[in-house]
Amino acid sequence: MPEVTYLEALRQGLWEEMERDERVFILGEDIGIYGGAFKVTEGFIDRFGPSRVIDTPISEAAIVGAAAGAAHMGLRPVAEMQFIDFISCAYDMLTNYVATARYRTGVATPMVVRGPSGGYVRGGPFHSQMPEAAFFHTPGLKIVCPATARDAKGLIKAAIRDDDPVLYLEHKFLYRRIKEHLPEGEDLLTPIGKARVAREGTDLSIVTYSATVWKALEAAEEIAVKDGASVEVIDLRSLVPLDDAAIMESVKKTNKVLIVHEDTRTGGIAGEIAARINEQAFEWLDGPILRVTAHDVPLPYAPTLEDFVLPQTADIVTAARRLLAY
Amino acid sequence: MAAPAARRSPIPAGLSEDALLEIYYYLRLTRSLEERLVNLYRQSKVIGGLYGSLGQEGQSVASAYALEPGDIVSPLIRNVGSMLVMGAMPLDLLRQYMAKGTGPARGRDSGVHFVDLERGYLGNISHLGDMVPVMAGIALSFKLRGERRVGLVHVGDGASSTGAFHEGMNLAAVQRVPLVVIIENNGYAYSTPTSRQTAVKRLAEKAKAYGVPAETVDGNDIFPVYEASTRAVERARLGEGVTLIEVVTYRRKGHAEHDDQRYQPKEEREHWARLDPIDRYVWRLVAEGWVEQANLKAVDDRVTAELDTAVAVAEGEPPPGGDTALSDVLADPPEAERLWHRRR
Repeated sequence: MPEVTYLEALRQGLWEEMERDERVFILGEDIGIYGGAFKVTEGFIDRFGPSRVIDTPISEAAIVGAAAGAAHMGLRPVAEMQFIDFISCAYDMLTNYVATARYRTGVATPMVVRGPSGGYVRGGPFHSQMPEAAFFHTPGLKIVCPATARDAKGLIKAAIRDDDPVLYLEHKFLYRRIKEHLPEGEDLLTPIGKARVAREGTDLSIVTYSATVWKALEAAEEIAVKDGASVEVIDLRSLVPLDDAAIMESVKKTNKVLIVHEDTRTGGIAGEIAARINEQAFEWLDGPILRVTAHDVPLPYAPTLEDFVLPQTADIVTAARRLLAY
Repeated sequence: MAAPAARRSPIPAGLSEDALLEIYYYLRLTRSLEERLVNLYRQSKVIGGLYGSLGQEGQSVASAYALEPGDIVSPLIRNVGSMLVMGAMPLDLLRQYMAKGTGPARGRDSGVHFVDLERGYLGNISHLGDMVPVMAGIALSFKLRGERRVGLVHVGDGASSTGAFHEGMNLAAVQRVPLVVIIENNGYAYSTPTSRQTAVKRLAEKAKAYGVPAETVDGNDIFPVYEASTRAVERARLGEGVTLIEVVTYRRKGHAEHDDQRYQPKEEREHWARLDPIDRYVWRLVAEGWVEQANLKAVDDRVTAELDTAVAVAEGEPPPGGDTALSDVLADPPEAERLWHRRR
């Protein structure tokens, strides 16, 4: 089993689906000869040609709208946002058109919108965003956020095969930083809507997704070594559908929950998860549901500023200790 | 069909007498259906707003008549005529506006907001301009699969101001997809006159920015609309890409039925009433000796009978059950969660 990066795993998944199913095509800005801003689609145009690897104008609304039209006709488009920050330019098309299409008309829109999300890379306010909360609120869209190379591959393949529109939010900090041995010649699929226990524990649950899974794992290790406490880490993998069962199972085991995400706090995913735990497992809690998130500010550029604003491993350790004291 | 007495000139645009009568059928059906809807609205049997196309039926029918089976049209609210030409049933329009559970949108959305890709129509959403990129994608699918099919998307003078219109036109043009874009310039976007919508004299001028051909035609004359649409459809089918057609017409009613039209001068409305597309069409058919008056009367009777039946059926149908609202947000899961305080 060769070791592949998160980015390579995503590439493999996309490539394999294009080989497997001629209905799959990709469109986006600079994805052809240039291979995409992060080289996710490097070499694709040589293999699949310009009719299945379509360089588009700088027109996010048209990219998403055209993908929707093609999806209605039975194709399986994968639209790339060069940086996921630009998905806001297609917000109307996604929330009003794509998300409502099946409900209003019964017509399927099997398409994927993917792109590099997230910070910790000194990208500044417009190349670092986590966009999930805006779309999490809209019925009709699925959202996946892989944290591992295995899921980067498994979720892109599952997203392409899904009959619903899926936002696939890859994390650019993870692209080349994490590696994993992946089986070859095997159809590697991660089911959408299923969380994963990234680390088993008994004293406290950390519920998180995307890059902060790794920070939670670091924090869990530090607490195990220094405090002797056992922290469980749940990697949600999918935000819509959200795996309530996996969250509640962990809550009922540890009775303490810390929710961690990189996105800003107010109106973030953590609030919804906390509300669900409150509704479904209140009697099992031995302490308040705590959150570690970004501060409620646009994400600044300077390393000192970005590091201050974004959740760090030390923040997770601090919050976990506060909760373990209950 | 009885042969006409004496043709004073040949029928233009390669149309047959039967085709002329078929076009007349769709024109009359569109207008009469909308008249029925107004009556139902006044009886509070239409739910919410009602949008009409009085005076604009000609272009909707004539442009869609240039399409063939397999082609797909995306209408706006005033393109009921296009949908009827593609095979939409008047009964379904009635069900839509009356929010019946039996309607194609199952009571979830109103008016022309419904889809039948087999018959060849993709209803719009209310966010103007959005259907241009979506139809660009549909036309892209035709191109990628090498199908000789064509898309036609209607926008209004107002929608041509949106970013989605621009992005969709530009993408469609650069990809040379088989798409016809019709800007139906009816003088007003709700209350805003076209002169405050755009600084160009003719909306067709916008085509220059996309490198596509365009023409402006009289939207209240069936023949030039049909001929321009046929040329554009033919170009698209031959792989020559996008054409923009501006059809100039006039919205003789308000934006919706509730609208008092205080912003439209009375003389202006009267002027355009004298240019009514159906009246002009009928006058010409008879004056040129292309069809017999009796054949037109037969169409009128057919339309009346069909609508009598459709209205009676629609009126007798039930609204959707409230809890049907939970299905089909996603394919999987097929039902949204029913909230605990609604569990009985």
